[in-house]
Amino acid sequence: MAAKHAELAEKFIADEPRTDWHDETLWFVRSKRDKAAHGLPEWEQLREWGSQIKNHTLSNLSNYLKEFEENAIANGIKIHWAADGDEHNKIIHDIIRKHNIKKIVKSKSMLTEECHLNEYLQHNGIEVVDTDLGERIVQFRKEPPSHIVLPAIHLKKEDVSATFHEHLQTEKGNNDPQYLTEAARQHLRNKFVESDLAITGVNFAIAETGGFVVCTNEGNADMGAHTAPVHIACMGFEKLIPKAEHLSVFLRLLARSATGQPITTYSSHFHRPRPGQEMHIVIVDNGRSRQLGREDFRNSLKCIRCAACFNTCPVYRRSGGHSYHTAVAGPIGSILNPNLDMKANADLPFASTLCGSCSNVCPVKINIHEQLWKWRQVISEEGYAATSKKVAMEGMSFVLSNPKLYRFAGKMGRGVMKLFPFMVNNKLNVWFKQREMPEPPKESFRDWYLKNGKFKK
Amino acid sequence: MKIALFIPCYIDQFYPNVGIATLQLLEKLGCDVTFPLEQTCCGQPMANSGFASLSKGCDANFVKNFSGFDYIVAPSGSCVLHVKEHLHDDKNPNEALQIRNTVYELTEFLTDILKIKNLNASFPYKVGLHNSCHGQRGLNLSSMSERMLPEFSKAEELLKMVRGIELRRPERNDECCGFGGTFCVFEEAVSVKMGKDRISQHEANDVDYITGGDTSCLMHLEGILKRQESKVKIIHIAEILNSLL
Repeated sequence: MAAKHAELAEKFIADEPRTDWHDETLWFVRSKRDKAAHGLPEWEQLREWGSQIKNHTLSNLSNYLKEFEENAIANGIKIHWAADGDEHNKIIHDIIRKHNIKKIVKSKSMLTEECHLNEYLQHNGIEVVDTDLGERIVQFRKEPPSHIVLPAIHLKKEDVSATFHEHLQTEKGNNDPQYLTEAARQHLRNKFVESDLAITGVNFAIAETGGFVVCTNEGNADMGAHTAPVHIACMGFEKLIPKAEHLSVFLRLLARSATGQPITTYSSHFHRPRPGQEMHIVIVDNGRSRQLGREDFRNSLKCIRCAACFNTCPVYRRSGGHSYHTAVAGPIGSILNPNLDMKANADLPFASTLCGSCSNVCPVKINIHEQLWKWRQVISEEGYAATSKKVAMEGMSFVLSNPKLYRFAGKMGRGVMKLFPFMVNNKLNVWFKQREMPEPPKESFRDWYLKNGKFKK
Repeated sequence: MKIALFIPCYIDQFYPNVGIATLQLLEKLGCDVTFPLEQTCCGQPMANSGFASLSKGCDANFVKNFSGFDYIVAPSGSCVLHVKEHLHDDKNPNEALQIRNTVYELTEFLTDILKIKNLNASFPYKVGLHNSCHGQRGLNLSSMSERMLPEFSKAEELLKMVRGIELRRPERNDECCGFGGTFCVFEEAVSVKMGKDRISQHEANDVDYITGGDTSCLMHLEGILKRQESKVKIIHIAEILNSLL
């Protein structure tokens, strides 16, 4: 069985200085977000609007999807529908074959990560160059992104330097960010110029115009889309918003929540192919309909992928994105991924203290921590909890439901935690590994009360 | 005003002094307090682990013990939040609902129901307050750094009434300590790392005590403090508010 979050997190934390660095780096991003949000007196109102627009859209999705498709087709865009990741990949592969495309550039798209497009194309002998700087770095290293906005946030500049030395022949040991970025820039510039196909993601698809908006800080989506003769934009169907005016809510929320910027450097609006260009949009379901049908979890589809919940999550900051072993990590990933594969991702809703900070930063008010709690119930009900855990919980429930037994167990076992078997997880006492046990007092509160309290009954 | 004292199981078993301080404090403030003798646990450990289905026995016992009071008060934000959000009893749905609406965390009860403006208490030490997540974000006991709303803190306001106390706010004032119920063992590495970080932010302020409204967080922090042989001690907020040092 693949390694689970707790185990992967423990490996990450083994390097404590690096964990501290990771934590502080992301906390810095969270602080920038706080500052940006504080700058807008209407912040909480914007969140409410964002939430309501998305709720409305999800409740009327089929109509808006039809409207979007009609308008996009009228604009000269080709629309494709993909039921799952595999179909998404095949649609793109077909377009590539039809045009005999050799050189592909791709800007950031978490959907293509979710569908494993790069692996699929590679398997078919086709190379894709990721053009987002962070994504290019992790692509060189054959690693998945560890964060949906900052894909290489787990790496230090020394790591980037070593990677670029190997792949771009930069000077060994030159860790100057300016120097390294320039090397990437020159390398990617050639890739853009040579490209036959640009693949981009979609941040917002607008039903009333049939157009879509792609947000980047590097302009790499534009560089690709403006040079290549074919542009394919990939979107999960929840990227839809009804009207262009709604962008005035979402564009203000997105960048502030993500990085603390007032707006992304490039918020590019695509409406139709330029003369001679071919433009496609692939609209993907891949489990989203199923999630939409889960009453408790449907509003997770409001997500605009800002990653504010990653940056604020005290667990994410100290365990790194790879510990979530999925394309979308962090708290939002932990409520989306069980829908995609409950068994493989049964650990993720438990990778949280339920502190609630994620729900508080969410720009579209997804009740993330409540959904984490609810997924835990679903996972147990569906039988994906470990048997040892189930047995421990049954034992604890039995004792705690019975006052006499509870008091007896307390008396007998206060010193050895008989009452709370979860504190003595399995054979090894996990609590005690890095923590002292509470000192057992001579008497319980109840015992004291019987002797000293005003006994009224 | 008939008040039932709810002492969560781990406080009953490991931290009786927290229960004693809570009872004495409420009685000092003129409350008529009863401790229902057959109480055990609110069921949260099972529910948060994904086994809410196994907390029915606890729920029924809770309803049996705590029906018929004007208020139920507990020195724990986390257990109170659990009762408020999840207490159900198919046989006594009205009683369960009544309990959910009248259960209060201690500082919330002192602030919103008793509306106390001053306290006869003294505690001449440097103290850092740990905001427990369930109390803060769950019960709204203080403003939260993520939200763009006016600042307040029920616990801080109460502590400011204590003579001699010197309150010191740590960096990242409302970051989670990493206890998280069974998270503390199933995600041991992250849990302890979070606790260590919380502690170092309080230690940077040279405090004598870390206090808070949730003994569960404090138990976790105490475990780490003791292992590190730190001079910093933990103390529940009820013990400070009831102190005459």
